[in-house]
Amino acid sequence: MSTRVFKVWRGDSAGGKFVDYQVDVQEGMVVLDAIHQIQRQHAPDLACRWNCKAAKCGSCSAEINGKPRLMCKTRLDGLPVDQSVNVAPMKSFPLIRDLVTDISWNYTVNKKIPPFTPGADATFLMRQRDVDRVQEFRKCIECFLCQDVCHVLREHDLKPQFFGPRFLVRVASLEMHPMDTLDRLKLLKDEGGVGLCNITKCCTEVCPEEIHITDNAIIPLKERVVDKYYDPLRIVLRVLMGTGQDGGAAEK
Amino acid sequence: MAESVSILEHKGFGVTQRRDNWWIKPLLVFIGLSAFGVYSTWAAWQGDNFLFTGHGAYYLSPFYSPQVQLWFGLHLPFSFAFLILWIPLGFRATCYYYRKTYYRAFFADPAACAVGEPKHRHYHGERKFPFILQNIHRYFFYLATIVLLFLWYDAARAFFFRSAAGHLHFGVGVGSLVMLINVMALSGFSFGCNSLRHLVGGKLDCFSCSRTARARYKIWGKVSILNLRHAEWAWVSLFSVGLTDLYIRLCAMGTLPDVRLFIIK
Ligand code: SF4
Ligand code: SF4
Ligand code: FES
Ligand code: FES
Repeated sequence: MSTRVFKVWRGDSAGGKFVDYQVDVQEGMVVLDAIHQIQRQHAPDLACRWNCKAAKCGSCSAEINGKPRLMCKTRLDGLPVDQSVNVAPMKSFPLIRDLVTDISWNYTVNKKIPPFTPGADATFLMRQRDVDRVQEFRKCIECFLCQDVCHVLREHDLKPQFFGPRFLVRVASLEMHPMDTLDRLKLLKDEGGVGLCNITKCCTEVCPEEIHITDNAIIPLKERVVDKYYDPLRIVLRVLMGTGQDGGAAEK
Repeated sequence: MAESVSILEHKGFGVTQRRDNWWIKPLLVFIGLSAFGVYSTWAAWQGDNFLFTGHGAYYLSPFYSPQVQLWFGLHLPFSFAFLILWIPLGFRATCYYYRKTYYRAFFADPAACAVGEPKHRHYHGERKFPFILQNIHRYFFYLATIVLLFLWYDAARAFFFRSAAGHLHFGVGVGSLVMLINVMALSGFSFGCNSLRHLVGGKLDCFSCSRTARARYKIWGKVSILNLRHAEWAWVSLFSVGLTDLYIRLCAMGTLPDVRLFIIK
């Protein structure tokens, strides 16, 4: 059994610092195990959120050695052995205490998205090929690591103008659903701020569920927005045919 | 229990708690794209050595195809490569993958994930000029596909060699293979395009609701396979197009002999 130094952020919105803790390392340990050991042995008041320890509840998000990751999915043997392990709270959300941040902004964004709205005659007999595409988006565990890493939120502080990748994924899951009848493209373009995403793919890099956030959700949504608002030929055609902007809605 | 004195990171260019060499990738991309930019501009300026006809060959550089100046009998004060080059350039510049690479490597927006950006900038993403123009990527795809058809013709033409008597004979030279590989790489890149993926089937909400939808789903699946490796295709085709020009250029200059593998007479 060896020991490793963990530098864990301690503090609240008023300020704080990284505190060093010695942790006895055993085979197969993940960062969350180490945090629990620190709570047991050194700091019972160390605040951290967790529930499942199985990478399924999305609670234990943090920044480990500077990378947004789930603490329960980050094995210690995957981190450089010759260095201490840095554990900090997510940077893009207001700090409550230690490793716990206030993620409630995400839930307000969620409320802005009109939910699944099936037509009156929806049979729900769906083919697998139609299920597959939206199924990928349903894997989301709402860990909000993608929101944390997204530079539009993290660096540019544009929360009022941008839904963030997690909720672009949610919009995609609704827009691409064969039984859904609503058109959320205007919301997506204006309030959702899909144009603020510059598809630099950090969300995809950190997603623990390996959802292809940019390639399968954001880029296809951007293309749908292009159909409706930016494609010059379609704009001319719509004007000539007098169909207005709804003529460009995705085909069912 | 020892205490460290650092505080939670502030913002600023390059500020991060990452310990890995995050700057290597953007640096390599910066070097790779710059090198291609410099070489292609230089090659396009030259206006000569773009066609190799030694020993009956007909190898045309992809930077100079199609030869529009011949169609219209143009006499231009500049290299005619520029009449065409804006198409593949615009196609790549508005490509979703290249956008990612140059926003990262040239604009540091962000240079790497969870790494601080240069301060004091108004960020508009792709909502305002000039980047709002990225939305016309599909039109560059249409134009680039036309150019690609000419490159396929050129690659096929490179397998025929003219004899002293003026007859065309099928054969294979290193240049023929170079041109074939190049056009295959360019096709792999073009047909994995995200806009194409959307247009062929991605825009449908239901893949099974009609016979056409089912057919489109199949095409969408094929494009998706290429799309999954779009980044790799982007780099391979970028280098292949540059190296093809270089090969033909060196042959045309007499610096490099084109090895003929065989010719069927
Ligand atoms: S790809 Fe778009 S949504 Fe994802 S992290 Fe980058 S800017 Fe944010
Ligand atoms: S999309 Fe991925 S990273 Fe984002 S909240 Fe869902 S699971 Fe987490
Ligand atoms: S504790 Fe549930 S995801 Fe980590
Ligand atoms: S997205 Fe790369 S070529 Fe269209």
